[in-house]
Amino acid sequence: MPADRSHNGDGAKKYVYYPGCSLKSTGLAYEESFLAVFQLLDLPFEELPDWNCCGATSYMDIEEDSAFVLAARNLSLAKSSGATDILAPCSACYLVLRKAEDYHRRYPVIREKVDAALKRARLEPLADNCPHVRHPLEVLYNDVGPERLRAKVSRRWEGGPIACYYGCQVVRPYGEVDNPVNPVRMEELLEAAGIPTIEYGLKTKCCGGSLTGTIHEVGLRLNYVLLKDAHRRGAQAVVTICPLCQFNLDVYQNEIRKDTWPSLDMPILYLTQVLGWVLGADFQALGLHRSVSGRKLIREWFSRKEEESYV
Amino acid sequence: MEGKIHFQPQEHPSKVYLQSGDIISRKLRYQREADPVWARKITSHPGCERLFSCIQCGTCSGTCPLSLYMDYTPRRIVALVREGFRKDVLRSQTIWLCASCYSCAVHCPQNIEITDLMYTLKREAIQSHLFPKRFPIPVLAREFYELVRRHGRNSEFWLVLRMMLKTNPLGLLGMAKTGWSLIRTGRMSLKFEGIQQIRQLQAALEAAQEGNNHAG
Repeated sequence: MPADRSHNGDGAKKYVYYPGCSLKSTGLAYEESFLAVFQLLDLPFEELPDWNCCGATSYMDIEEDSAFVLAARNLSLAKSSGATDILAPCSACYLVLRKAEDYHRRYPVIREKVDAALKRARLEPLADNCPHVRHPLEVLYNDVGPERLRAKVSRRWEGGPIACYYGCQVVRPYGEVDNPVNPVRMEELLEAAGIPTIEYGLKTKCCGGSLTGTIHEVGLRLNYVLLKDAHRRGAQAVVTICPLCQFNLDVYQNEIRKDTWPSLDMPILYLTQVLGWVLGADFQALGLHRSVSGRKLIREWFSRKEEESYV
Repeated sequence: MEGKIHFQPQEHPSKVYLQSGDIISRKLRYQREADPVWARKITSHPGCERLFSCIQCGTCSGTCPLSLYMDYTPRRIVALVREGFRKDVLRSQTIWLCASCYSCAVHCPQNIEITDLMYTLKREAIQSHLFPKRFPIPVLAREFYELVRRHGRNSEFWLVLRMMLKTNPLGLLGMAKTGWSLIRTGRMSLKFEGIQQIRQLQAALEAAQEGNNHAG
């Protein structure tokens, strides 16, 4: 369906959605809100059938060649489905798949090994036309754009100012989603949608990823610093584009509260949840009930009756 | 000088044990303890080719969010690797604390993919059994690897459970509250996730490893 995806002059794009493990479990709200936003913006896609785990940061710790093959099976399935673009909302999935795409192109050794392994398993080799791995933020910015987004807004934002937290792997190392050192696209999209943002210095500082599960104290400290900076600069909520960042900042907030910061109760939301809200999606459809911290503020901000808040 | 000085040249050539119980350790390494051939081997891995162009500026250590917890900062790891101090590097906590945030790689003025270097070192530390045994991060990596190999997907609940049982079983009690908050919000499932074409995936993974064995 060519639909109205020809915004940037390329009508031949076919998206396929790669959820990854997090968006089906702890990051369920990300999947729900991502689906809602892309539907409201008329960007049709299907879920990649029988996708497998990307390997995250851990598989590469054990083996190199099979780690690339693990990621490449997904690229191969996407290619066979006729897709040109793979949407990977989770930052670890995005980076692992994007890196597999890149190293397959750049390193002949990896290319040969990966394609031979795919062939042995009767999968289509990637050869010269591997589908391109993209992050929804970059798709929202480049294929939709702040202007078209502004035109679709149907609700006034009743909440407070937001700190845009990009995390690490979405913007690094490729710099395709946004500038790796000072990304601004989330702010531009939110401002266009009428949502105020603050200057957030730590927007690309790592949350520690799985460190909160392994070396808990160190992971907690990293998250404390992130929340403190957002709070000091006047943010009432943090918006993320990564299920692991959201998990760390949201679910472990009670421990930071207990140890050092009794009044802390900040909503940690996905970009697609706040955008989905101003685009007109409802509370449940955006998974807003799945937040652990800042529930009071979330109920306040997102519970206006539809009629009142229409612009 | 108090008492006799014992040298233990075979086991700890870099340490001197005083009768007072104090230990004096040498802060320098000798060239003969290094393995420059190993260093060259490391540069053959994708991303590590430019290791020898490092100018030791320390930008990586400055930008690393975890360097303040590391036993060797990333800059020192690079220096140790290219001199060939294999065991010091592979036994370090640094390589396991790296969270793969790519900050060093993006800021490096010499475009060294330090994250890839860390992955390479982690793999070798596991293969040569030089990683700290009950340190949770390599345990998590191995459990994750097994789970994904067997089922094709990760099941977060089972992964965390297995890791905790192997490293800190009592710590599970402290996680009850977190678990409850996830169940309450519908974010935790006890189901084993998997894919349909698991044989196909395993065939591809095995083919990759076979190729590796022939080459190695």
